[in-house]
Amino acid sequence: MMGTSNPLRPLGRAFLAGVCALGIGTAGAADKPEQIDIGISAFLSGPASVFGEPARAAAEIMAERINANGGIHGVPVNLSFIDEGAGSAHLLSEYRRLVQSEDYDVMFASISSGNCLKVAPLAEDLEVINLMWDCGTQRVFEEGDYNYVFRTQANATPEMLASVLYLLKTHPDFETIAVVNQDYAWGRDSWNIFRTALQTLKPDVEVVAEFFPKFGTPDFSTEITRLLAMRPDVVLSTSWGGDLDNFVRQAKQRGLDERSTLVLPLAESSLERLGEDMPTGAIVGARGDHYYAHPGYADDEKFNEFVSSFREKTGNVPIYSAFHMVQAFDALQAAYDRAIEANGGEWPDTEALADAFEGLSFRGATSEITIRPADHQGLEDQMLGTAKQVEGKDIAELCDITVFPAEAITTPAGEDSTEWLKGLSADLLDTDVTTYPGCH
Amino acid sequence: MDLIIFTLAVLDGLAYASQVFMVAVGMTLIFGVMRILNIAHGGFYAIGAYLSAGIGLAIASAGLSPWLHLPALVIGAAMAGGVLGLVIERFVLRYIYVKEEVLQLLVTFAIFMILEDVQRLVFGVQPYAASSLVDAMGTINVLGIPYNAYQVLLLPGVAVLTLVGLRWFLHHTLLGHLITATAEDREAATAMGVNANRVFLLTFTIGTVLAALGGAFAAPTTAVQLGMGADMIVLSFAVVVTAGLGQVEGAAVTAVLIGLGRSFAIYLMPELDVLMPYFIMMLVLLVRPNGLFGTVQTRKI
Repeated sequence: MMGTSNPLRPLGRAFLAGVCALGIGTAGAADKPEQIDIGISAFLSGPASVFGEPARAAAEIMAERINANGGIHGVPVNLSFIDEGAGSAHLLSEYRRLVQSEDYDVMFASISSGNCLKVAPLAEDLEVINLMWDCGTQRVFEEGDYNYVFRTQANATPEMLASVLYLLKTHPDFETIAVVNQDYAWGRDSWNIFRTALQTLKPDVEVVAEFFPKFGTPDFSTEITRLLAMRPDVVLSTSWGGDLDNFVRQAKQRGLDERSTLVLPLAESSLERLGEDMPTGAIVGARGDHYYAHPGYADDEKFNEFVSSFREKTGNVPIYSAFHMVQAFDALQAAYDRAIEANGGEWPDTEALADAFEGLSFRGATSEITIRPADHQGLEDQMLGTAKQVEGKDIAELCDITVFPAEAITTPAGEDSTEWLKGLSADLLDTDVTTYPGCH
Repeated sequence: MDLIIFTLAVLDGLAYASQVFMVAVGMTLIFGVMRILNIAHGGFYAIGAYLSAGIGLAIASAGLSPWLHLPALVIGAAMAGGVLGLVIERFVLRYIYVKEEVLQLLVTFAIFMILEDVQRLVFGVQPYAASSLVDAMGTINVLGIPYNAYQVLLLPGVAVLTLVGLRWFLHHTLLGHLITATAEDREAATAMGVNANRVFLLTFTIGTVLAALGGAFAAPTTAVQLGMGADMIVLSFAVVVTAGLGQVEGAAVTAVLIGLGRSFAIYLMPELDVLMPYFIMMLVLLVRPNGLFGTVQTRKI
């Protein structure tokens, strides 16, 4: 699908067409390679492999499907994975090796925000196209300007802002909030964004406690006792993986969910593991609009085919990191389509491919995403819902699902998220959203 | 801080202390007798936890009573720890007692990494949780706050039993005497006819079983996941040093100090939470450089 947001695009195309017609040469064209080599970084070890392994499975499904259909314009794709769990030094040296020694064409990196901030300048240095397929940090494009780096999904700001909006829509009268986040960049940054948005939209809310237990804390009982005694109306946790599972399970065992509303913006990725331990009434987010039982795509062929092939391959339902991987592949395919068309059918070189990403619109398994030409940020809708245990099902359903449109909740290009959030108006709550009543 | 909050913090602290004690006591024993800082301890802990979770899940899916998990986890952990301990002591550690400490450290670290990869291979990367035992035991109300009975009754009970049992074993049985004698002075004990090799094998196996038990008892309260062993190494080491090398009673007192320190930190200044074990270690070592219960070692020439 073509984007129309780059006004220079038709000019460039006309120019290229002219050049080709004159037979001067093929600027932006390159020889068709034997295969497209894609380097993918993801956590394949350590606690964050709960995201990396599903993403790898999704990548393999996508690559198989592309190659079974004859590749991208006849060129098959070849994947190589870098384990982020081995540390950033390893990631950066492997990244360099793949691009410089092995001539990899495109890189997908990475999961960890810290790694994303290091990979972006490296990709720029190496002049290789890098798709930020899963990074959370909003800082990459707010603090830097890149030619070769694109994000095929949202970032922490719309993710947290949508969570705040959903909370305010469903629980307009709450007065107090406490937070239990992991003590590292994501836990701290996401809380800053959430708090800034919340205090702008509802200034009378009181923050009664802030806990940042160590990453990988197995036992939250002391924090939970404290929360049980304080009875805040809302308890937020942006934790993920085993940490989130532990916090939610221990909270439910002791009835914290009966005293406070749990807000869990990443819990879509824990739904299946938590099973019956996911408390009814908890607010669940999905870092985008991904949910294996998304009611908006119940009859969508592409969505259903992906969900069922993922379940067949892994035995699990796909979580957001798997959907993010699909988006990276679909963005790549759409960019090649667009670049080849702009090139008059010739295979694009790196510059021409990079041009094609600016303003590109594409569809992963769920709603359409546009890559903003100004700062390369992806505009991805955000979905939230409320968990409910259903008799006879071993995974909680999501009820009252609301999808927030990306444009309304994403920091405008060139602006700083914190400043932008401070200037929000309560009108934002009246933005048109898509709602799906009932449980799914 | 009013009395209610104080009571709650003490209860939280004691519950946490019993977990810390169960984790650290095995390492304390091994260090005391064998003078080896056993990094692999974290691996045994994790294996015990994975095994316990596996047993718990199997019991749940077979529809058996969750109470079966309790005896099953004890037996499972004892067997796994026993076998691992025997094999690793007999075929690896035995050859490095006379080597440099750095080498010993590296070898146990290597064992730890191998065990970590074994967990990955066998159990995969997803966290597992088997909390039906905790659910079955239910909660008890203290001053209006529901606590898990498993954590405030069962775990402290197990920790006290372990402490009393170890004390009795070390001070009132022949085997225990042999272990304490070897710990005190290996050469003299050997000269008196004690088979030091056998004592080491026994001590290491007991230590390994204790580590696996620590993990097995922790498993119902938490999700077992990759990396869970690594954290325990550092915490256990802090306990070992604070307690005084090889002091089982010291480990218990230190665990209580760390538990209370942590819970009061979370109540008063949550930011200090992670610092507490090391802060306590530092304070104790400033006043008593050999640890709480440590004695000055005479240097033999």
